[in-house]
Amino acid sequence: MSAVSFEAVLAVAGILFALGLAGLLARRNLLFVLMSLEIMVNAAGLAFIAAGARWGQPDGQVVFLFILAVAAAEVSVGLALVLQVRRHFKSLDSDAAGTMKS
Amino acid sequence: MMFYAAAAVAVISTVLVITRSNAVHALLYLVVSFLAAAVMFFALGAPLAAALEVIIYAGAVVVLFVFVVMMSNLQAERSRQSPWTSLRAWAGPAALSLVLLGEFLVVIASRGTRGLGPGAVPPKAVGISLFSTYVLGVELAAMLLLAAVVGAFHLGSRRETPHHRFFEETPK
Repeated sequence: MSAVSFEAVLAVAGILFALGLAGLLARRNLLFVLMSLEIMVNAAGLAFIAAGARWGQPDGQVVFLFILAVAAAEVSVGLALVLQVRRHFKSLDSDAAGTMKS
Repeated sequence: MMFYAAAAVAVISTVLVITRSNAVHALLYLVVSFLAAAVMFFALGAPLAAALEVIIYAGAVVVLFVFVVMMSNLQAERSRQSPWTSLRAWAGPAALSLVLLGEFLVVIASRGTRGLGPGAVPPKAVGISLFSTYVLGVELAAMLLLAAVVGAFHLGSRRETPHHRFFEETPK
């Protein structure tokens, strides 16, 4: 880790995570909800990379690879569910699927 | 310096992702955000993570999103857009990625004196750690990906009976 301070990287990761959380809470379109989830997962990965670089160990990048696998699985299943919701409710609004079946 | 420029690009493009109304415009900014994250990883001394970020996030995940956007609003798509509106759509992401391209050229032109710091972790060390200490995690990740493939195939298949009772017709 050359010139970048650890706290600065953690601050950037926190800002990105907060932006993803804001998008997750504010947007109603299911596609934007999934994009915000990706942003949050990416910010968590950035924090792990920063920790790995701080101590010069490969463990941070290893955990980033696991995060990558989890994010790929999550987005594939999530997008298939979005297509199902779109096919059934004819809408991508998250409120369209808001009621449970009686 | 390289890190802070990339961080600024990442934050700006992420703000633009969550405020766009058009999904395709948001995806363009999402690609820029992931590329900026890759530059940040490189500046932190993690070249393997940077390459995988570009390949998997900016490549595969965004392509999945684009497929779903194309499949989901074919009806709403209007073909009466002028070249000026499409120029406005891609000018912002292009300007942000020009910053990243500038950093890329600076790193190449410095012939290795800039970029990876002394605390950099080479991909070889990551591979050795991945397949010795974390080999159980690799196998669990493989099982997770297999389950995701089966689940996505099941949910994506078009059939008459609903996949879940949540999708059944409500008796009115």
